[in-house]
Amino acid sequence: MSRFLECDVAVIGGGLVGASIAFGLCRSGVRPLVLDGEDLDLRASRANFALVWVQGKGVGAPHYALWSRQSSLLWPQFAALLQDATGIDVALSQRGAFSFALSSAELDRWHTEMETIAGETAGAAAPYEILGHNELRDRLPAIGPDVVGAVYSPADGHVNSLRLLRALHAALKAGGADYRARHTVKGIEPLKAGFRLSGDWGTVVARRVVLAAGIGNETLAPKVGLDVPLKRSKGQVLVTEKCAPFFRFASATIRQTDEGGVMIGDSEESASTSIAARADINAVLAQRAIRTFPLLADVNVVRSWAGFRVKTLDGLPVYEESASHPGAFAVACHSGVTLAAGHALVLAPQIAAGALSPDLAVFDSRRFPRRSHVSQTA
Amino acid sequence: MFRRQHEPADPVRFTFDGQVIAAERGETVAVALLASGVRTVRTSVVGGEPRAPYCLMGVCFDCLVTVDGAQNRNGCLTVARDGMVVESQRGRRRVGAEAGA
Ligand SMILES: Cc1cc2nc3c(=O)[nH]c(=O)nc-3n(C[C@H](O)[C@H](O)[C@H](O)COP(=O)(O)OP(=O)(O)OC[C@H]3O[C@@H](n4cnc5c(N)ncnc54)[C@H](O)[C@@H]3O)c2cc1C
Ligand code: FES
Repeated sequence: MSRFLECDVAVIGGGLVGASIAFGLCRSGVRPLVLDGEDLDLRASRANFALVWVQGKGVGAPHYALWSRQSSLLWPQFAALLQDATGIDVALSQRGAFSFALSSAELDRWHTEMETIAGETAGAAAPYEILGHNELRDRLPAIGPDVVGAVYSPADGHVNSLRLLRALHAALKAGGADYRARHTVKGIEPLKAGFRLSGDWGTVVARRVVLAAGIGNETLAPKVGLDVPLKRSKGQVLVTEKCAPFFRFASATIRQTDEGGVMIGDSEESASTSIAARADINAVLAQRAIRTFPLLADVNVVRSWAGFRVKTLDGLPVYEESASHPGAFAVACHSGVTLAAGHALVLAPQIAAGALSPDLAVFDSRRFPRRSHVSQTA
Repeated sequence: MFRRQHEPADPVRFTFDGQVIAAERGETVAVALLASGVRTVRTSVVGGEPRAPYCLMGVCFDCLVTVDGAQNRNGCLTVARDGMVVESQRGRRRVGAEAGA
């Protein structure tokens, strides 16, 4: 690493969050150094469900509802920029999406949540409809008898998220960023101006640093006077053999990729630390999928995996510049696919300019209870 | 290409895209197809390239065929039976009718 005695901005983490920010930094004329971890790290960007999803987000947090909405509206532009920069089509499809309810209690709860979000955002949130079984069946004849109804929003969609990660990395290369795999940052030492980052690979001095290390942020943040408390959230996904197109919308639990595989999610476990996918949970996911679309019953599952979400205590993102160590930013979020466009096109230019706007600064971590190991001086 | 050294002593018969194929009892569909001179059992799901049984041990999935209406069966793991209806596949399997327009 002796070549990098210094750099302007170092981004720690090269997952969807770090790579989206680094891509946006390149567009703002900053050539970041991206220090990424090890292949066996827990990496949500390789395990997610690939939805660009707004529906139901931000109950009691209208700023989050609107930020998600803003990012989903920026997505077509973001996808086009990636295509121009790399020739890679990330298969963005925003044709609308359903949340299928298998009980009326579920549907009623979602209905209330959607009304709450619409009220709290004074109508600025994405439009939606609540559909009963018959209305839903008119639109989706293959729906099963157990589906009591659905929330539908025309604003939601999905992408090919592995291709997104590849496109971002190709764009970083083309844009002049310096990406370093297997450069886990272990130490961050604040200097008079900037930070000394170190690891088994050596050290580098960066004027500014962006913590985008996913789950790794929890241990890095206190080194610069920040706090990113996360909770454990494990999710499993099933993937079927590739099928001819049969469902061209998206849904919270079932989507068909551009290549034909059907992805089935979306479990959440808060206790497990094991990276292995559990068969009993896979069985529940498969059961729900078959109740939703009975014609999936004879389709073979070819893969399943588990991933850990980057989930803050309230599920909302953290965007924060350290008050005690200006120039150090922390970014942590679930929904790094959905928010990728916002991170590249809104957040990154602000980091490049050196300050977060009030819209984003409201996502700082001061909303969480203070923990003793964090020393915040301001 | 493959050729049988002797005709099946105790044959079972199934059809492949309507053509009658004789197999030795206990033999797999994939082996019987290869022995009968069939060169393509499916086209690949993304590129549409012709495919034929390759590994004969259940790992390459190049032998996928429709067996008695069930799509994407490994021909190399399916023992031939009398009266079986085996069909070649073109690209991706189908999932019922379209779920929605
Ligand atoms: C099952 C599941 C389903 C999901 N579904 C969706 C969805 O449908 N839509 C959506 O928008 N989001 C979804 N998400 C969330 C989304 O995947 C994440 O928000 C996003 O991937 C987070 O990206 P990240 O870059 O912060 O984290 P990661 O992908 O974990 O990347 C962090 C990177 O930092 C590196 N790192 C860690 N520590 C260090 C260190 N000390 N030094 C240097 N590098 C380090 C790691 O190696 C890694 O490469 C889902 C997540 C899961 C698990
Ligand atoms: S020939 Fe390889 S799986 Fe059947």
